[in-house]
Amino acid sequence: MKKLLLTTAALALSAGFAMADTVRLGTEGAYPPYNFINDKGEVDGFERELGDELCKRAELTCEWVTNDWDSIIPNLVSGNYDVIIAGMSITEERDQVIDFTQNYTLPDPSAYLAPSADVDVKSGVIAAQSGTIQASYVASSGATLVEYATPEESIAAVRNGEADAVLADRAFLLPVAEEDAGLELLEEMVMIGGGIGLGLRESDTELKGKLDAAIQSMKDDGSLNALIEKWEIGLTF
Amino acid sequence: MFAFCSDPANLDGLAWLSCYLTTSKHLQLYYAVGTVLLLLAITAPAALAFGFGGAMAARAHIAPVRWLGKAYIAVVRGVPDIAFFLFFVIALDQAFEWTRHQILCPDWDQPIRQGNDFVVCQAAKLPLGSAPQWVHETYGFTLAVLTFAIVFGAFAANVLFGAMRAVPRAQMETAEAYGMTRRQAFWRIMVPQMWVYALPGLGNLWMVLIKATPLLFLLGVEDIVYWARELGATANPRFTEYPHGDWRMWYFLGLMVFYLGFTRISEVVLERLMQRLTLGQATTGGEAQRKAA
Repeated sequence: MKKLLLTTAALALSAGFAMADTVRLGTEGAYPPYNFINDKGEVDGFERELGDELCKRAELTCEWVTNDWDSIIPNLVSGNYDVIIAGMSITEERDQVIDFTQNYTLPDPSAYLAPSADVDVKSGVIAAQSGTIQASYVASSGATLVEYATPEESIAAVRNGEADAVLADRAFLLPVAEEDAGLELLEEMVMIGGGIGLGLRESDTELKGKLDAAIQSMKDDGSLNALIEKWEIGLTF
Repeated sequence: MFAFCSDPANLDGLAWLSCYLTTSKHLQLYYAVGTVLLLLAITAPAALAFGFGGAMAARAHIAPVRWLGKAYIAVVRGVPDIAFFLFFVIALDQAFEWTRHQILCPDWDQPIRQGNDFVVCQAAKLPLGSAPQWVHETYGFTLAVLTFAIVFGAFAANVLFGAMRAVPRAQMETAEAYGMTRRQAFWRIMVPQMWVYALPGLGNLWMVLIKATPLLFLLGVEDIVYWARELGATANPRFTEYPHGDWRMWYFLGLMVFYLGFTRISEVVLERLMQRLTLGQATTGGEAQRKAA
């Protein structure tokens, strides 16, 4: 065990020398199970484990940074961090501003969470986090959209009756529904987005290549599927 | 923190609470209180310095300097804080990096602006890509102080500009009659007397500044409001050892007590300062003090 630790440490060090620059990973830290802040105050979750593994495979030294969802793309583009790893779905609109690696989750259906099953999601008041694929879906669906800055606030809006239901990734809503007897997932689901990928600056083609290869290798040996199952993210590859 | 905290699921009441309130995550909240206080302690004098400079420039006799001072006050006061924080800080950061890039990497052949991206050579990055996280945080903090100082400095400049004009003209004329130069009259007569006129306005600014700190998170500095929101959010038993419901109300109540206490202390201090500054001034307050004595 000790030897193993030493080897990893030596590997990490040599990798550090080869790549003098740290790759900074930007995340939101408020979207369990994808990413959240644990009791120790550190970033944790599916994307934490995934990011650490990807960095190891791509032989990069990585550092975690949290950033508000609203300004997560502007801060990437201006170079405050190098990668967005925050449950961000690959969409046409975002792809015009930043670049994405290949997806590391399959498109996950978005689900509605509501106090009762008889909510009409076509005409009711639906909450969503601003700047998400769910928000733009609700806006075009004919329902009244209310937007919130954080995922937590969008759920609180349903709890206190400001909205009839909240639309978000199913993997995020599932643990909430299981713990709160007053809320349930509706049967109706919508397929939006093209899966989640890492967001990068369009000029960072070299880094993109490395991370793409790392994701591919995790897909090939099944370790990505193991992580998806562990954190109950949805369908496996 | 404490030895008995190893299995929080079996604890209840005060023991649970004492463990809960001392998790590393909570320590970061307490640390953030320090960050906010430090920010205020540095920003207030810095903003006052910007304000003083701005006010002096706005009253300057050389026209371009005067235009500069007036433009600073008008532009910064007119732009919403949040726009200023989103745009200006990123622009400032890029200006620093661009300058370093020109000096450190003269033989770089790629364009700096590539579509949406701002790309400078690795050596020009600020802080360096290899710098530890605390350097990044300190850098963000410094940018925050500078931005706050510029924004609040513009308001302070306007207040001080008005205060300088409020000093009775007779005082300046007397100074001139005594043969003082403009510079002497400014520093010896006007500046000591203007504070009493400036203090109500500056006090207001201080109160606004205390409450403006949540803007910090836009710069990646985690302030107390961020942590209160994060800690108060519903804690699902699957992702924490200390599950609880939506406790944001309690955390924000705590914040309210903190802010109210802080502003109350500020009020008391400002009141004392006002008493002190009024002493012997040719104002109604000064006159009242003279009669009471």
